[in-house]
Amino acid sequence: MNIHQISVFLENRTGQLAEITRLLADNNIDLRAISIAETADYGLVRMIVDDSHKASKILLEHGDILSMTPVWAVEVPDCPGGLAGVLAVLAEKHVDVEYMYSLFAHQEGKAYMVMRIHDEPKFLSTLGDLRIRIMSMEELGLK
Amino acid sequence: MAKYYQPEIETMPYEDLRKLQNERFLKQVRHVWDNVPYYRQKMEAKGVTIDDIQSLDDLHKLPFLKKDDLRDAYPYGLMGKPKSECVRIHSTSGTTGKRVVAFYTQHDVDLWEDCCARAIVAAGGSEEDVLHVAYGYGLFTGGMGLHGGGHKVGCLTLPMSSGNTDRQLQFMEDLGSTILCCTPSYALYLAESIKERGLEDKIHLKAGIFGAEAWSEDMRRDIEQKLGIKAYDIFGLTEISGPGVAFECEAQHGMHINEDHFIAEIIDPDTGEVLPEGSKGELVFTSLTKEAFPLLRYRTRDICVLTREKCSCGRTFVKMAKPMGRSDDMLIIRGVNVFPSQIETVLIQQGYAANYQIIVDRVNNTDTFEILVEMNPDMFSDSLAKITSAEKELVSELKSMLGIAAKVKLVAPKSITRSEGKAVRVIDKRKI
Repeated sequence: MNIHQISVFLENRTGQLAEITRLLADNNIDLRAISIAETADYGLVRMIVDDSHKASKILLEHGDILSMTPVWAVEVPDCPGGLAGVLAVLAEKHVDVEYMYSLFAHQEGKAYMVMRIHDEPKFLSTLGDLRIRIMSMEELGLK
Repeated sequence: MAKYYQPEIETMPYEDLRKLQNERFLKQVRHVWDNVPYYRQKMEAKGVTIDDIQSLDDLHKLPFLKKDDLRDAYPYGLMGKPKSECVRIHSTSGTTGKRVVAFYTQHDVDLWEDCCARAIVAAGGSEEDVLHVAYGYGLFTGGMGLHGGGHKVGCLTLPMSSGNTDRQLQFMEDLGSTILCCTPSYALYLAESIKERGLEDKIHLKAGIFGAEAWSEDMRRDIEQKLGIKAYDIFGLTEISGPGVAFECEAQHGMHINEDHFIAEIIDPDTGEVLPEGSKGELVFTSLTKEAFPLLRYRTRDICVLTREKCSCGRTFVKMAKPMGRSDDMLIIRGVNVFPSQIETVLIQQGYAANYQIIVDRVNNTDTFEILVEMNPDMFSDSLAKITSAEKELVSELKSMLGIAAKVKLVAPKSITRSEGKAVRVIDKRKI
């Protein structure tokens, strides 16, 4: 049910992100979402790609340090307050969202958020009660 | 399999060893007095003549030689034999700006290679082994020393030299290398490369002989576990001969000094006074058998401890502890003594790779102290909070070990150079 996220360590150096995205492009890997977290000295880039196994293999061969993490792709209404509504319910049930970013793709009236959650059972039951959809790898065309 | 290369010497009773040393010492002082005017003048300046040296008990009367003497006497001033009788030159890396050259007669090369052969046999080597020598060949003594030792033992010796990791691994796999000789940092680099390429099942190393660099017990365990070998320490310095001045046995608890060739003393580095056995101080060597470059009482700047206890391996040679640091390596930062080996210990304990670089600078009359640390897969996470909390813990552990605060900077894996011989651990930009 969850999808695979690849995180890569970034040294604070000009061109490092350009290098990684170029490497993925040269290997015909499609980026579906990307988010960066940084401190003053280093950072990490989190990515959802169309083929996470191929991408991780290429990045490892390139000498990058990475981790694969299960994250959730949540469907939210693509309108003002769409995300606020979903987050309000999660907050009410005390479900912590560790971090979140959006997928590039969206459909008529629907947008998709990538979420990293600690208490997954509570998260799933909360969304289930509200009939909020969680997207699978297949539905998003990922492998 | 033989346990010793030269059993009659390596297990000689102490009284006999002392007698042999005494004999060789008197002969060596005479040789130096007659043939090395530079040292003779130093003796005379101290009011000592050859007649004052009647036995080994008079060793303390002789003047010390320091690295500066070697520089002053560069290149031929300390040579003990005419050039026509010398066959080889080696040199230190000269990274501190003080290049030192040492000379060897064929006799000197032979005895040096015997010392290396003892180290190889002590590490379990025999004529059945493929000895993979990945120390640099050339002016550096590491490559040719272990190479010569390998020949003496009868190992199938692979003169790989350092660098070109792909070729190292290819030969290791195809030729079935069993004993690896290189710097400990390169051993770790090779271990990581083996893992990356998934070659664990194709490499059949059983032992490693590592030296020429300071390394900690934690780093030893790390290498042993990653390569599935027993890792032995070896010690030496170009000024005295090269690797093999001292070597570790199966007990892996201190290195036996080849006392039939070298006398070791521990002195107080400030007063020059000889300290009793078991004291911590500066290591001083007197070479008993070298003809071409016969140094008497050479101060190594290595801080260590000597112990003469019965060793489980049966050797009677005194053991030296791993040097706690060289006074050359020691940094004084904001008035505090910092040894790189302390930093290495903390890094390994905290789960980071032992590859790091210290950058010291001076800004507004205050020392800045930064340590570059390579990120590794075990410490990486998708959560920035986890990485920073591990980093904070590292900073606090470093502070409790060193007594001063360092700024840690996490950098990309393998971004700190280490594949070529000795790793550059310290960059001191201070202009004092």
